Order: sequence, then structure tokens, then C-alpha cells
Amino acid sequence: MDLEKCTGCGECAKVCPVNVSNYFNVGLDKAQAVFRPYSQAIPSAYAITKLDKAPCTITCPAHINVQGYIQLIKSGKNADAVKLIMERVPLPGTLGRICPHPCEEKCRRQEVDEPLAISGLKRFAADQVNIEDLPVPLVALREEKIAIIGSGPAGLTCAYHLAQRGYRPTIFEALEKPGGMLRVGIPEYRLPREVLAKEIDNILRLGVELKTNTALGRDFTLDGLFNQGYKAIFLGIGCHQGRALGIPGEDAEGVMQGVEFLRRHNLGQNLQVGKKIAVIGGGNVALDVACAARRYGATVTIVYRRSREEMPAHAWEIDQGLCEGVKILYQVAPLEVFNDGGRVTGLLCQQMDLAERDSSGRRRPIPIAGAEFELPVDMVVAAIGQEASLDGLKDAGITFSRLGTIETDEVTYATSSPGVFAGGDAHTGPWIAIEAMGGGIEAAESIDRYLRGVDMYEGRVRGIAARQRWREIPKDEEGRPREIMPTLPPEISSICFSEIAQGYSETQALSEASRCLNCEVCSECMQCLDVCQAGAIDHGQKEEKLTLNVGSVVLAPGFQTFDPSHLTAYGYGKYPNVFTSLEFERILSPGGPFHGHVQRRSDGKEPKKIGWIHCVGMRSHREGEHPYCSNFCCMAALKQAIVAREHIGPDLDMALFFIDLRTPRKDFEKYCVKIKDQGARLIRSRVHTVVPKGSNGDLEVRYISETGEVRDEIFDAVVLSVGMVVPPDVVELAERLEIPLSPNNFVEASCFEPTSTFREGIFSCGAFNGPKDIPQSVMEGSAAAAAATRALAAARGTMLKEKVFPPEKDLTDVPPRVGVFVCNCGLNIGGVADVPAIVEYAQGIGDVAYSQANLFTCSQDAQAQMVEMIKQHDLNRVVVAACSPSTHAPIFQDMLRGAGLNKYLFEMANIRNQCTWVHQNEPMLATEKCKDLVNMAVAKARLLTPLEYIIVDVNRKALVIGGGAAGSTAALGLADQGYEVHLVERKDRLGGNALKLHTTWRGGLVKPRLDALLRKVLNHEKIIIHYNAIVDGVTGVVGNFTSKLTTGEEINHGIVVIAIGGEPYRPEGEYLYKQNPNVLLSLDLDKKILEKSERLKTAQAAAFIQCVGSRSPERPYCNKVCCSHSVENAIKLKVLNPEMDVYVLYRDMRTYGERELLYQRAREMGIVFIRFRRLDPPLVEEDGGRIKITVKDQVLERPVSLHVDLLTLATAIIPHHNAPLAELYKIPLNAEGFFTEAHAKIKPVEASTEGIFMAGLCHYPKPMQESVAEALACASRANTILSRDFLQLESIISNPVDENCDGCAFCVDACPFAAITLIEYMKEGQVKKTVEVNPIQCKGCGSCMATCPKQGIYVAGFTPAQLSAQVEAALGLI
Amino acid sequence: MEDQYEPRIIAFCCNWCSYAGADLAGVSRIQYPPSARIIRVMCSGMVHPNLVIDALTKGADGVLVCG
Repeated sequence: MDLEKCTGCGECAKVCPVNVSNYFNVGLDKAQAVFRPYSQAIPSAYAITKLDKAPCTITCPAHINVQGYIQLIKSGKNADAVKLIMERVPLPGTLGRICPHPCEEKCRRQEVDEPLAISGLKRFAADQVNIEDLPVPLVALREEKIAIIGSGPAGLTCAYHLAQRGYRPTIFEALEKPGGMLRVGIPEYRLPREVLAKEIDNILRLGVELKTNTALGRDFTLDGLFNQGYKAIFLGIGCHQGRALGIPGEDAEGVMQGVEFLRRHNLGQNLQVGKKIAVIGGGNVALDVACAARRYGATVTIVYRRSREEMPAHAWEIDQGLCEGVKILYQVAPLEVFNDGGRVTGLLCQQMDLAERDSSGRRRPIPIAGAEFELPVDMVVAAIGQEASLDGLKDAGITFSRLGTIETDEVTYATSSPGVFAGGDAHTGPWIAIEAMGGGIEAAESIDRYLRGVDMYEGRVRGIAARQRWREIPKDEEGRPREIMPTLPPEISSICFSEIAQGYSETQALSEASRCLNCEVCSECMQCLDVCQAGAIDHGQKEEKLTLNVGSVVLAPGFQTFDPSHLTAYGYGKYPNVFTSLEFERILSPGGPFHGHVQRRSDGKEPKKIGWIHCVGMRSHREGEHPYCSNFCCMAALKQAIVAREHIGPDLDMALFFIDLRTPRKDFEKYCVKIKDQGARLIRSRVHTVVPKGSNGDLEVRYISETGEVRDEIFDAVVLSVGMVVPPDVVELAERLEIPLSPNNFVEASCFEPTSTFREGIFSCGAFNGPKDIPQSVMEGSAAAAAATRALAAARGTMLKEKVFPPEKDLTDVPPRVGVFVCNCGLNIGGVADVPAIVEYAQGIGDVAYSQANLFTCSQDAQAQMVEMIKQHDLNRVVVAACSPSTHAPIFQDMLRGAGLNKYLFEMANIRNQCTWVHQNEPMLATEKCKDLVNMAVAKARLLTPLEYIIVDVNRKALVIGGGAAGSTAALGLADQGYEVHLVERKDRLGGNALKLHTTWRGGLVKPRLDALLRKVLNHEKIIIHYNAIVDGVTGVVGNFTSKLTTGEEINHGIVVIAIGGEPYRPEGEYLYKQNPNVLLSLDLDKKILEKSERLKTAQAAAFIQCVGSRSPERPYCNKVCCSHSVENAIKLKVLNPEMDVYVLYRDMRTYGERELLYQRAREMGIVFIRFRRLDPPLVEEDGGRIKITVKDQVLERPVSLHVDLLTLATAIIPHHNAPLAELYKIPLNAEGFFTEAHAKIKPVEASTEGIFMAGLCHYPKPMQESVAEALACASRANTILSRDFLQLESIISNPVDENCDGCAFCVDACPFAAITLIEYMKEGQVKKTVEVNPIQCKGCGSCMATCPKQGIYVAGFTPAQLSAQVEAALGLI
Repeated sequence: MEDQYEPRIIAFCCNWCSYAGADLAGVSRIQYPPSARIIRVMCSGMVHPNLVIDALTKGADGVLVCG
């Protein structure tokens, strides 16, 4: 697909016959082989899924596109099917009857039930089409004379392909009728004469000359042909000579060769058929002779030396013979033909036994001594094999094989004699017609190349590379046996020569064709080519290998969800109403398989009770599962429950079966509280099994509660929250790139370089670096960009090209001259609405100076032509009636600028998305609506005025506030990009909270890495550090801020990064904090570990209490760090002193991602984990010099007392100093005082005010690795502003009208962007109040315009007059 | 009222949400009656009450402000 050309119109999908499971909706519905991935996909284009060539096509010796024609038959397009078959072979009807179809043997349908009846379908299509009606291709004629010797399948096919290339070959046929073995070897009850004759006539119609009764050797020689001017010769002389029996008496009258018998019969020559006949042999010729002889009224006995198993004839032919009364004597060999006066009277036979297998793999017959008998017959037909008659080829310089066949090159089919080619039985030995045709095709190609003098081998190999990347057979593919073709009953067929097989009915054919599994997905039926008016489809596109020279590589390969099919406990794949969370996600989506309607797989009913099972395949050491936690799934399950309730209604019964509820991210905890309020039942449990309940699709979930009771509950549907897994191909990629991975296949990135792999220059981000959710992945993507471009800073912008536009025309006092361009969009608009009528209508609208239609207005050539028209007709306003301005306005606005017009003199009428696409069945009304939309657009366009482009310079300096790990990283990232950075730190040293940390969760020491970072910052020539300084004044906007420091300095800068950190909550008065010296905060314990404090070694017992001051109504958020931090420190204590009793008192153990392994290790080391409830916190008292903790154990359901010497409190992280900066830079804070980002998912480090970025703890609590990644992300996002010389802003903004404005300031309050200020100035000696708009802050929303009672402010491009004109036009008033 | 009564509806749609939604309805080929005329605005907040009254007085049967 050419993405530049594809307009996303979807005509291709309408005609595509291939229906396969929809990848995007995880197979819940179907899509065509040509498909648009999903409705909002960008680019808005279609794609085609093509896998390897299907086994049928590979197996077919002529490589007919089987899947293609089957799909066309399925669509009822039989003529197209025949054309597709005839791209390869000229005899579709013949093949459809006699081909032994090796393709069917390889058909993958037999893995479901039985192979497809490919041959029968081919015959059906051919029978529906009059071959004479097919068009003759127009080709340039070629002069060279070519001789084709033999008119069998090989010769005919070769001639056919040469004729299509413009040659006019001559066929020389020794017999009186053309067709070779097809004509003289196959009786008419299998292949009616007229079918073959018609197809041969069609070949002659292409300009092939036929000379019958002209035999090689008898009537001409090869040399003679060359002397007559023939430039190339094809030998397709077949094998028409039967092998002699080699037994006494075979010269008697009444002994005949099988091929001769058939030839005489088929040509209507004199044939004396006996009354009692013995046919010797077990091949198809033997059966054909036997069956034909039956029709002459003879009693027929086939004599065959081996068993039925070894018979070379096709099983269906043997069956047919037996049905028609042919007798077969197995394991019998002829010994002698008896005669009486030269006439056959009998056949002496020998009973045989079968010994071991011989070289052909068949059991070897050996005579049984004494077991001889006589068969009384009056005719003996020998059918034990044929060979080519090579007499005419002697002395022609052609070499033959040991088997008496013509030797050729295996690719080109060239013989040893120059200019002579060969194919068919004479080359292969007696074999099937389709093989001969394959030879004919290749020989034709070779002859053409030979005559044109080009390389015979280039691009050619024997056969098709048999890769086997095929469509998976759907698990739910229903078994459906193949259609049985009606045949004449044997009692009738055996007495006449009418065709036995009657062919499929249309119903049968359609049904049979629909059994095809579409192994290749796209069948290359080429139907899409005919309907694609944009010419965007190219079936010849090939996989390309490109070499790119790059400075860095970023790996963002993503993940796949865990496949729970093999976990028998949950019954996924077995019980239809068990879904994976990914499936359920798609079901909930309005763009999903059921348009957002939640329904069960079994009966389509809306479930009223849904259970979610968390941690499926995760947090488990069982075979085929994963030990880590996937981080995102708890929250995803909660979200799905809430959304499902929105879809289904408040009565939805939601139950979530979880182990620990892990919702550590910003604001996720609130979500968790919200869902409880909505009645969701959060059940802490382990699920044992899911089993069906009753026969209506309901499911019973058996689970073990926290207190160890076994409970059952019945649900309408169950959703399995499946985790993230690194796909095998990504693991392979990592191996190829020599990037070491963790045992769970994630990149082990260092804390200070969270997006760097261990290989220099290769970076990674997203789920590949550990399981994570969308916001963090997006953020990491930006971080990786910063890291990857660090070394490339010097090359930045060197490959850019600037677009230059001509000067714009002055339109002062020039009346409007509107040009209207109406798009057909292929058939998308033109196929529904009457485009010429719209163009005509537009010409009649006032001020319209010119109007025309385009096939595709957005195409390159149309653009160029429109520029011409604008100039030629002196147009000064342009209306394009086409698709949506959201996607296409920028293209046309550029075109306007290219024509010397201001880009705001443009308006679009959305007649596709909002008219023809949504009124497809009402062409008249759609046309009327199109006219109205054009009229409305013109009404607005004539009032449009040129707008000034607003351009502001960018001060390419950065301000970073906060000198901790995050701030330092951001400063370094920006300085490395070449920007001057001012780093403002409140204290007299850099490092912040990181100075207190001992190790990261992976166990790496923090100090040396932090020191290295700070050293770089301190020594960087682009970084200016301001110690002991706080920002206390700010003016300006993005690109041009001025910030004042408490030190009196003033800094001008283009952007600001805020990374001022956070601090631990100090729980004064709780848990003996500050009352007992052995009660510490987490960071204090780190310090003690750093100092190798003696107290740690002497302590006999230690405890940790989690969630102190967090996850509470006052602070409804999780710190994200403390579970891992405490577990890590608990392990350190245990390592320091293995005798020490260590307890962790927690509410939910949130060791997310691979941190789960820490939790696992801690339990293995004997650290005791005790869960408590928020409302039942531990009681901490002093008791004889030790600390006594009393806590109600949730498993035992009773209080437990512990005595410890050391208690560490994992307290909340709280913001500090956020409020003043929020005020200064106008950044909203959330209820807990953390900065709010512009968009949680897509703008995770940007403030809603442009040019302001945030990283680290001031944004929300998080581990250091994430803070550092955020800092890098800030540097990357800031770079998108700082790298520009100027910013071009949107001119569609508010403009005050001074004479109307009385300074009431209603608009000042209404403005959501604080872009309007009230000002006073002296006018005519009086104070005049008015408002001023900051063009950088204004987003053009027009809230001011709607608020103003006096028309004192308007939005350019959406003035009251323009909107009013659109209303009037819509109502038909203008 | 006539049998074939078709109301004339003026719809002011926000460029960022409902106008994009109307585009998506097109992409999804959702069929609806052709009686509405959509006017694109940069925000539904820009639609002055006077504009709505104006449309109704001039003959619109309904006005939809969507954002």
C-alpha cells in the first residue's frame, strides 16, 4: 500500500473476499485481508496482510493461485476466477475434471476435517464461464517463428504463454486431433470432448497456428524447422508408446497396448473389443481401459501383481471401476498368453506373494510355487507403462536420460541443443497434465528470454521458496466436511460414455469455497486493484532490506500479554465466557468488536455479574508462569470494572479477586477508593479454579479467602488479568544486539541511566525495561530520546530543509473572489453525492469566481493545478469541499501560501466525513446537504481576512529549579544539548534526598553514581549553579521567561524544569517517633546502614511498619517506594545478622515489577510479613527497654505481640515548597499539594502552561530511577522548544475591540488561560479601561467572546459576523 | 405538521471534541439523518447566547451546542 496515495476510503475492504480474525480486536471479530488497523489509526490508510504462499499454490506444479480463485468463487465472481486460473494455465475446465490435484493433499483444511475440493471448484468456475467471451489481450506482435511439437498439455500451455507475449507459434501435432494424452488417453466420460475442444480453440484464438497429422521424424526434422526460419523449438511429444509385457504369446491377435486401446477409442478408429478382457497393470491407463471396455459390454478383469495398497491408479478411479463391475485380481502376474490359431484364448496367471519392500518402497511380488491358473479371455490389454518415442530426435544433438526421457536444465527447460526446449511426459516420463503445463509455462518464459537475448536465469528458481508462515488455523474453526460432487450411478455410467462427475451446484460451490482457511491471508485475487481509484495498492511490494546509518538506536519493542490457554484452572479457551483482560478491554471500547456493548461470547447476553482474577500467570514460580508482577494490571482491572459499570449500569455486580492491590501510581489510590464506593467487591484471595455452572455459560469461581476458607461464587463472565511478557522475537533481537537481559527478559537499566542498555549507543524504554503503564512508558520514551540524542547534539537540525513561500498579495480594498474546489475523493464523495451538481451550484453562489471538481483534491498534482487556478482566476479566498479540516486543512493552507495567499483565507466544507459517509443511502439528501455545506463555507470565506502570523523569538537558555538527582540530571541533559542552564538550589550543595540513599532496589550503591553525576554537573561549562537561591518572581511566557532569585539575580530563559523534590512525613506523636531513639524513618535506617552502625548488629529483632501517614483519608496516595525499600532493608538486616528476627507490617505488599523477586527472597530468608488493616493499625509501646508491637494478624484473625529493638517507619512522602512556585508559574496543584501535569498519559512531565516541565518527587512520590527518567524526559521535551529559533503561534486568537470595550472585565474571569489583562490608558484626556490579550497564552477558545455583552472582543477567524453568516447560509437565507 | 417533516438543526461543534466526534462517526460509517448542519467552533464556550437566539429566530428548529 502506498501510504502517500491511500485516502482511507475503504473501497478495497468492501470487495476483499478474505475474512480473517481481526488482530486489533484480538480475534473477537473479523476483518478483511486489506484492513484499516482501527478507526483512529494514523495514517488514515489501509494495509494488507500477506503471509507465505499457501501450500496449495506451492504444491501445484503450475503454481496456480489457488486461494485467489477459491475466494473469487466464494464471492460469486466466476469469470474473475477463471481469468486468474488462466494467468497460469489455459485449460481450466479440463484440469477441473482430470487433475489428480496434488494441491489437495497439502491442503491444511484436513487438519480440521477434510481437504478442500479444489479441483471440483475449478471445474465449477470454468463451467459457469464461456471462455470465448474472455477478452484477448492486446500485445505488440513479435516476428520470431516458434515451433511447438506436440499439442498435449505441455505444448498447448507453452504456445498459450508465448501467444500472450506477442508471438505467433505453430503447433505440430502428429495425430489428427490436438490435445495429446488429454485427447487420446482420457475417455470422454471423464473429460467430455467439447470441453477440451473449446479450450484448445480458445488458445488458437490468440493467434496460435495448429498443424495436425504432421509428425516429427516422419514429416519434418528439427534441422528442417531451423532451416525454415524457426528460431526456437519446444518439444512436448509426450509418452505414447506402451511397454511390452515380455511374456510368451503376446504377439497373438487380441493382445493390445492400453494406450493404443484408448487412442483408437478416443479417435473413433477401428477397435475390436473382446467379450472377456484381461487388463494387465494397476495404473490409471489400466483403469481407463477397463472402464471403457465395460462400456463396450465386455467382462473385464484387471490383473495386478501387488495389492490394492500399491496400485498406482488413484483411489477414486479404482473405486469407480469396482462400482462399474470391473474385477480386480490382486497379487497375480501374467505368465503366458494362450492362443488358438493366433487368437487369444486365455491368460496363464501366477499367484504372487509379497515380500519385503524394494527400492520403490513397494512390497516386492514373489511367485507362489504351484499357484498357477488360467483366465479364459479373448483379449489381453497391456497397461504396464509408456515411454516417449524418440526416433525423430536421434542425431538432433539432444541428450536423453537413462530412463529414455529428454534431459533439460531444471530451471530453464532448455535441452542440450541450443534453441530447443522440452517439457511434459517426454521430459518427466509419464506423469500428470498439470506437471506438463508447469513445464510449458517455464519453457515459454525461457523461449521468450532466449529470443530477446536476456539472461535465462535471472530471478528464477525452481519452485516457490517453501516458507511456512501461514495463518494460524482458528481454534474455533468448525468442522464441515467437503461437498460431495454428484455422479452418475454406476449402473448407468457403466453402460454409456456420458460424463460421470456432474459438477457442483452453485450452492455447493459457494459452501465448499467458504471452507478455505486462507493460509496466505491476502489471496492476491486483485479485486482491490480494480476499485482503488487512488491507485494506492501495489501487490508487487516486496520486503526490503535497508541499511540506515545512525548515531544511536532506541529500542521500544513493547510486550505481549501472557497467554493463559495452558492454565487449566481458569478454563480460558475452553469456557467461552472466560476472557483475557485484553479481550475485555477491546469489548469495552466503542471502536471494539461490539461497539462498546459488553456481551458474553457464548450467547451475546450482557453480563450482570463479572469477576476479575488478578495476577494470572504472574507472581508464580510454576512452570510456564512468571515470578514478577506486571505492575499495571491491578489498576487496569479496576478501570475495567468502572468502565463496565458505565456501560452496563449501576446494578453490575463486580468482584475483584486479588492477592495484593497494587495501585502505587499518582492518583491511582483515589481510583481504588472510588471503585469501592461504587460497590465493587475487592476480595483478597487465591482463586483455585473456574468451572462451568449449568449449561447456560455461567461460571463458578472457587477461591480461598485470606483466612483460608474455600468459597464458591457464580458469575456471568470472568476476566483474567493477564500480565506482560517480553515477546520471544524481542529476546532474539536483544541477543542479536548483545544486550544482556534479566532472567525475566527485561533490560536491567541502571538507576542513573534508566534508558541506557549495557551497550553504548543503544537505548531502551517502555515495557522492555520492566512492566509499566502508559504514563510511565510515554515518559520513558521522552527520556530515551534525551539519552539517545545526547551524543548527537552537534548534528541536530543539520538535515532540515526550510520551506520558502512567495510574498503574500495585498488584498486591501479587493472584493472577495472565492474559488470552490469540490473533491470526489474517489467514490467516497462522488459515489454518493452528485459532485457535478455541487460544482454547478457553487458557481451560482455570490462572489464565487471559479469552481471545479477534483478526483482527489489532496493529491500532489491537484495541489499544483489549484495553485494555477488561483493565479489564473485571481482568486483570493479558497473553499475546499472535501474531508475534515482536522486532517487536511494544513495541506491546503500550505497550498494557499504557495499561491501567495494568506493561509487564513481558507475554509473547508466537510462533505465527506460529515455528509456522504454518514448518509450513504440517501444520495439526494446528501447532495442537498453538500450544497448547503458549500454555501456555508462560502458565506464564511467571503468574510475572511488575512491574519498576521504571530512569531516570537526563543531564548535558548534553561532554568532548572532543584539540585537533587532529578534536577541535576535535567540540567546535565540540557547542557549536553548545548543550552546554557541555570541550576537553582535552595541549599549550599547539590544532591538532595539522594545523598541519604544507600542502594537502589537492584542493590547498586547510590553514592558513587551520584558523585559521578554531580561531578559532571559541577564541571560543565554550560551549567551555572546558583546556591542558596529560591525563585521569587516570574514574568513572561514560553520562550521568554524572566525569573528573579532571592539572591537578587535575574535570569532570562526559554523554559523551566521544576525538580524541587519532597520530604518524608514526620509522624510526631505516632508509633513512639521522636520518643524512642530506636524508632527511625526509612532514610534514617539507610543512613545507619551507610554508617555501618553498631546498633544494627546488636539488635535481636527489627520491624518495619508500612504506610505510615499514607494511603489514608488525609493523604490518599501511595509512596510507590516504601514496600521495596523496606523489604530491601529488611534483607540487609538479615544479611548483617542472620539470627535477627525481622518483621514487615504492611497493608498491601507493593513490590511491583521485578521488585517482586525481592519480596520472594525476603520470605525465603525467613523475614515475617504480617498484614494489618488501616483501621486496625499496630499498637507500639515501650516495654522494658524494647519496643512492643501488638498487631492483629489478618490470617490468624487474632492479635500478635512482637518485641523488637529497632522499628522503622515507612512514612508518606510529602511535597515541600511546591505552593509558592505553583503560584509564580501558574501550575495547578492536586489536593495533596503535588504539581499537576498537563495530561496524565500523553503529557506526563509537562505543565498545562507551556514551557514548564516537572520531574521527581514534587510531581508525585516515586523511586529515584523514575525521577531520573522524568528529568531526562523534561530535557527532551524542553529541547523541542529550545531547539527552535522562534515559535510560530496560532493566529486564531482573541482580539479586543477598543471602541466597544468598556472594561467590565467579564472576559478576564472567563478566560481559562489567564491570557487577558485589564488595562487603563489615557484617551482623549480621560482614563479608558480596556483589555489586552497575551497572544502566547491565548488558545482562541472564545470564552471571552461569548461572555462579552458588547462585542468588545472576538476571535479572529470565528467572528460573530462569520458565524452568523454560516447560520444564515445553513438556513438558506443567503 | 407534514408527514415528511424534517427539522433544520444548527449544531455548533467544538473543534477538539464533538467536531472530531462527528468526523469519527463518518470514519465509522454511522448513518444518521441529514437534517443537521454543523458549524465548527474552536470551543463550545465561544458560542454567544445571541448566536443561538439568532439562529432560532431565523428559522432553525433546534440548536445543538456540543462540546
